[in-house]
Amino acid sequence: MTQAQIQRSANLSILEAEPGERKWRDYFTFNTDHKVIAIQYLVTTFIFYCIGGVMADMVRTELKTPEVDFVSREVYNSLFTLHATIMIFLWIVPAGAGFANFLIPLMIGAKDMAFPRLNAVAFWMIPPGGILLISSLVLGDAADAGWTSYPPLSLVTGQLGEGIWIISVLLLGTSSILGAINFLVTLLKMRTPGMSTTQMPLFCWAMLATSALTLVSTPVLAGALILLSFDLFAGTAFFNPTGGGDPVVYQHMFWFYSHPAVYIMILPFFGIISEVIPVHSRKPIFGYKAIAYSSLAISFLGLIVWAHHMFTSGIPGWLRMFFMITTMIIAVPTGIKVFSWLGTMWGGKIRLNSAMLFAIGFVSLFVIGGISGVMLAAVPFDIHVHDTYFVVAHLHYVLFGGSVFGIYAGIYHWYPKMTGRMMNEFWGKVHFALMYVGMNLCFLPMHKLGLMGMNRRIAEYDAKFATLNFVCTMGAYLLAISTVPFIINAIWSWMYGPKAGNNPWEALTLEWMTSSPPAIENFAGFPVLATGPYDYGMDRPKSEVDVPLADEREPALAAGPKSALRADPDPNVAANPEDRK
Amino acid sequence: MNIPSSIWTLLIGIVLTLTSLWYGQNHGLLPTAASDEATLVDGLFDTMMTIGTGLFVLVQGILIYAAFKFRRRQGDNTDAPPVFGNIPLEILWTAIPAIIVIGLSIYSFDVYNEIGGFDPHSAHEAPIAGQAMKMPGAAIAATLNDTPPSTEPNANQIKSDEAMSDPATASVRNSDQIPQKRDAPGMGIVSPGIGASPGNEGKVPGLAVNVTGLQYAWIFTYPDTGVVASELHVPAGKEVKLDMTANDVIHAFWVPELRLKQDVIPGRQSEIRFTPKILGEYKVICAELCGPYHGAMNTKFIVETPENFDKWMQEQQVATKGNLEQAIALNAADRSPAEFLSPYTAQMGIQPETLHQLHHQ
Ligand code: HEM
Ligand SMILES: [Cu+2]
Ligand SMILES: [Cu+2]
Repeated sequence: MTQAQIQRSANLSILEAEPGERKWRDYFTFNTDHKVIAIQYLVTTFIFYCIGGVMADMVRTELKTPEVDFVSREVYNSLFTLHATIMIFLWIVPAGAGFANFLIPLMIGAKDMAFPRLNAVAFWMIPPGGILLISSLVLGDAADAGWTSYPPLSLVTGQLGEGIWIISVLLLGTSSILGAINFLVTLLKMRTPGMSTTQMPLFCWAMLATSALTLVSTPVLAGALILLSFDLFAGTAFFNPTGGGDPVVYQHMFWFYSHPAVYIMILPFFGIISEVIPVHSRKPIFGYKAIAYSSLAISFLGLIVWAHHMFTSGIPGWLRMFFMITTMIIAVPTGIKVFSWLGTMWGGKIRLNSAMLFAIGFVSLFVIGGISGVMLAAVPFDIHVHDTYFVVAHLHYVLFGGSVFGIYAGIYHWYPKMTGRMMNEFWGKVHFALMYVGMNLCFLPMHKLGLMGMNRRIAEYDAKFATLNFVCTMGAYLLAISTVPFIINAIWSWMYGPKAGNNPWEALTLEWMTSSPPAIENFAGFPVLATGPYDYGMDRPKSEVDVPLADEREPALAAGPKSALRADPDPNVAANPEDRK
Repeated sequence: MNIPSSIWTLLIGIVLTLTSLWYGQNHGLLPTAASDEATLVDGLFDTMMTIGTGLFVLVQGILIYAAFKFRRRQGDNTDAPPVFGNIPLEILWTAIPAIIVIGLSIYSFDVYNEIGGFDPHSAHEAPIAGQAMKMPGAAIAATLNDTPPSTEPNANQIKSDEAMSDPATASVRNSDQIPQKRDAPGMGIVSPGIGASPGNEGKVPGLAVNVTGLQYAWIFTYPDTGVVASELHVPAGKEVKLDMTANDVIHAFWVPELRLKQDVIPGRQSEIRFTPKILGEYKVICAELCGPYHGAMNTKFIVETPENFDKWMQEQQVATKGNLEQAIALNAADRSPAEFLSPYTAQMGIQPETLHQLHHQ
């Protein structure tokens, strides 16, 4: 018997016979089912991604030629400001929350999130925040001081747009704080009886680290923005040098959030990759603990590196050195993850389907972003390339190559579970190929542009950069085109795709032990762990596995959370073989 | 594990090392290194390129190799042999990156020291003016400042004030909104930049220039001669010190060929020092978003022989006198900014097209 069969037979009794069917209307209501909310998150953020993508292509269209000939300078600045704000606050961050919403309760065998209503509130802050932000463009006065919104520039470019920007970012930040509280409590308190933290799937570890980081850093951004709005509307001088304020203080506060934010944007997708690669390589994840703890290490170190965004803005020499060293050290836990993924693939039986291709693409592109990241940490070199296209290249390799490829890997992987139907593999592969080529065409040349002297956030540039910019723009168009097969595939498969069954990938984590799509409360009872989350290839005869029946656990639950019965994890199913009996 | 035979590993290792070493030295990605400091920074970059190339080829190689070699065969639905981890291997791949980043940190530290990052004189003191405390919020900001304030006067202030009141620049700037910042050093704090290299520490620089950034131009004042220019001319081989501040919003002084960049912040003074060595005409670029015309805010940076520099300086001294008289005579409000500014556009680093577009929008 394979591990997947063992896991399944142990959980037959809790399987809801009926898959959860939903009406389309459910998705437009204040529904509190975590799966509905998850789809709401994913679809909404994807729409914002398309809007942000259109803006990106408008930016690139302007940059196709050295002259300012497509939009005015003011509109150009608004476009890249909104592009970045949308991509960060309305796509990458909430898309991570969307996956977490769907997966966390299922993966830990819970019926829902700890606070279902809070969960819905967190989601319903996003559409107004996003619509507000985009409306400022329609009103003709959108924020145009960059997504960093540095004063004094942000204090003089137009109050309406800047004010709207502040309010919508505050709304989106609040949403992510509420989400983080929910994920933390759910992960710590709602695990199925007998699941210890070291038996959780790695995505859960990643969300644990992400949520902790969100809780610590986001309030500081809120503080910075509130003070900025005082300067803007009430004439105070926290950051306004004319009144004796200090613009550099804003930068410290801003980056205290916004640097950790890049880990908030990438950690969930590290988690997704750690789920996708072992399933499709048919091998246990290599170094479970190393990956789990490296997430925590990244989230801790992420809090003490913010000033590497300020190497040229005037901080004392010794501080620059401090932030250089802490930044460099992050490369170590990150490297551990990358090598562990490679170790997982090595010697596997890899199914090269769309999910796995996007996961491989993720690793391949993220490594480029990671290498340029270490280079940027080196102060003398960063002084040269700070605020140039080298940085634009770096951040897109991380956020696009990393986060977006991670999202797609996740969608192709969990789509059967979310919708009950399979996606079309052929179009998935076309999607991947177009996107991978487009991505490199668009962003690889930017490294050279930055090194040679092209600064960022400009609508006009030196004619000597024209050829490379043209290549970048063509890559950007290809990226836009690459979304088309995905959108059609996702909609078509939802309606007509072949039925997926409960566990099309023969995966071991608990979300695959219920029907697809899962019924309202996920499981009829409490799922049990008959195998570890990554026990691929560890075929043991069933007799060897002491599978507790689901109903044997019921008294334990009745006994309450402190009960010894409940607290004891099953030593047979530790994720790490050394921990097994 | 299924590792290729040791000979293969060795051969691949050698080829990988040679490729990285070659590419690290021959990437051709950087512009001319026009100063001693730039050469040092390039050395660091080349090293990082070497290591980066090695890692890049290694990881992409493993990915491609694994994707082909370990592909599932048609009809094979079994799992692969389970490998849960390998402690020595994990220690190895934790240790190698750790050693690399420690090495890079030390190297960067050394370069940073050589180019003058630790010069204590680049962070001097100035009192915070009384008025600074009047505004709500200012006191909090002041206590959060990381460097002591400076007493040095800002020789640039008068000249930049003149430029600020110029109706032509004013129309491109956010003129009516930007509260102008006067006498930066009085209220400000010094922003440490890149100071003198250890060899030059404590010495008076060969040439001092005051730099002011304003939307959307650079103004260079040579305090020894009183010359005000819109291009930065420096003699080769002499150490140059720039004292910089901004009048309105944050700008950043960047000359790619010097590999030097420093934010120019209103309310603060920042300093950089460098020794240009290769003659030529380069560009000063504003690298910090400073408004719609940010992309147009650049001007010439000219490294010339000391003789040519002296000649230029003399010409400027004559011209400056003339210009000032002319400016006073011409500063009439009834002229359009374009008309008024046309004689200066080239000098100010504002392209005529910029002005043109401005008045047709
Ligand atoms: C369709 C693909 C994309 C294209 C063609 C694109 C293009 C660009 C360009 C050209 C810029 C520089 C604008 C300038 O400096 O004037 C930029 C900035 C930026 N992009 Fe993208 N981008 C894309 C996708 C993304 C994604 C997926 C993210 C994810 C988070 C993202 C985040 C950012 C950020 C944070 C900035 C910095 C903006 C700033 O400097 O204020 N972009 N993008
Ligand atoms: Cu500027
Ligand atoms: Cu600028």
